[in-house]
Amino acid sequence: MNFLQQALSYIFSADNWGGTAGLAARIGEHLQYTVVAVVVSALIAIPIGLIVGHTGRGTFVVVTGVNALRALPTLGVLLLGVLLWGLGLVPPTVALMLLGIPPLLAGTYAGIANVDRAVVDAARSMGMTEARVLLRVEVPNALPLILGGLRTATLQVVATATVAAYASLGGLGRYLIDGIKVRQFHIALVGALMVTALALVLDAVLAAAVWASAPGSGRLRRMPQPLLDDEVIIDAGAATRMRRTCAPGRQRGDPSLTVDR
Amino acid sequence: MRYLLTHLDDAWALTLIHLRLSLIPVVIGLAIAVPLGALVQRATVLRRLTTVTASIVFTIPSLALFVVLPLIIPTRILDEANVIIALTLYTAALLVRAVPEALDAVPAPVRDAATAVGYRPFTRVLKVELPLSIPVLVAGLRVVAVTNISMVAVGSVIGIGGLGTWFTEGYQANKSDQIVAGILAIFVLAIVIDTLIMLAGRWLTPWIRAGGSARGTALVQGEA
Repeated sequence: MNFLQQALSYIFSADNWGGTAGLAARIGEHLQYTVVAVVVSALIAIPIGLIVGHTGRGTFVVVTGVNALRALPTLGVLLLGVLLWGLGLVPPTVALMLLGIPPLLAGTYAGIANVDRAVVDAARSMGMTEARVLLRVEVPNALPLILGGLRTATLQVVATATVAAYASLGGLGRYLIDGIKVRQFHIALVGALMVTALALVLDAVLAAAVWASAPGSGRLRRMPQPLLDDEVIIDAGAATRMRRTCAPGRQRGDPSLTVDR
Repeated sequence: MRYLLTHLDDAWALTLIHLRLSLIPVVIGLAIAVPLGALVQRATVLRRLTTVTASIVFTIPSLALFVVLPLIIPTRILDEANVIIALTLYTAALLVRAVPEALDAVPAPVRDAATAVGYRPFTRVLKVELPLSIPVLVAGLRVVAVTNISMVAVGSVIGIGGLGTWFTEGYQANKSDQIVAGILAIFVLAIVIDTLIMLAGRWLTPWIRAGGSARGTALVQGEA
């Protein structure tokens, strides 16, 4: 436990927080890489997910693309990017997008595609245009899954932004990688603990957002659902279909609930 | 590209290490998660506890866990065992949440029918409910196998072997050719493993291929 004591005393001494290479600055850099990568991923993934989920066309491309992107190693792309484009924000952003896009795309697509068809048809029959159906009906209903994708994406990106330090960039990975390089393992432990704390905090915030986004009053009965379910849903269509057809209480042939009550 | 072709022997040796580090955890994790998930499915409190624990484990960055683990268990820092244990934890954490949900999704009439023809609870879970939840398990396994392969590569920044060493070597020697070779090798490896798991899943669920799921659904709706 000696390393742990050293690491904790490092974290809890004010000297190590200030300055351009202090903990506060490193956390700032780490968050900067994370936010930039997640925002760019969202700008790419969410529109594609919306369109594919709404039209139902290109599902195969989305599933294949998600798997292919995930198969590309982040570290390799980052280091290649540094060799090609030099140091800067571009290589880590591109590399971290590989982790950010798959969950966002899968979550958005699955969210939109799984909205109850009866609800969508009702909106259409009231005369909503396709754009309105998508933005006013499908997106609010899909919001928990979209934000769930955002949560997974953020978590993966914040965890892996650590590798930016290997390419002479900043972030909390500096402690982890420098600590190992100079065999000062308590410094490496400082990095590991800080990244873990950051990930847990961000995850808690986003879990609350997912919870708050659930439409209707059902959220009071439900806890935030765990991560990665959105990606499991996208692949396991059979299981979700099975679950949906067996939703208790109401079958497809039944008269609409809104009419009955 | 040329680097990969001229270093095929190295590539093969590194691939074996890479596979060992990324797939042993998948096997152990599956062996832990399936019985555990099936056990806690009916016990509400235990299930919530398992789910929350798994979520927290999953939140810990893997690179951090590689470094922290030697403090908790008696392994040396930078030992391969750390990687295998850390990735096993992730695999189990992901799957243990998927198993109860997959079991929940088994239609009640199917469960009742199995009981009616004389299955006891244990054999029913083993022979009826678990086979029906294979699609969900396979989906989870695919995500986790590909993620593990990528994670082992990241581990090379703290000195873990596998194909990721081509990234660190190539970067230090300023040889982009070697990095491209590493990306290609890992990409192909991930796609091959992903495809193999998918094919295994299809082979294990012949009723889906035969259109059985549609018939099953119709049956369920007809009964209800």
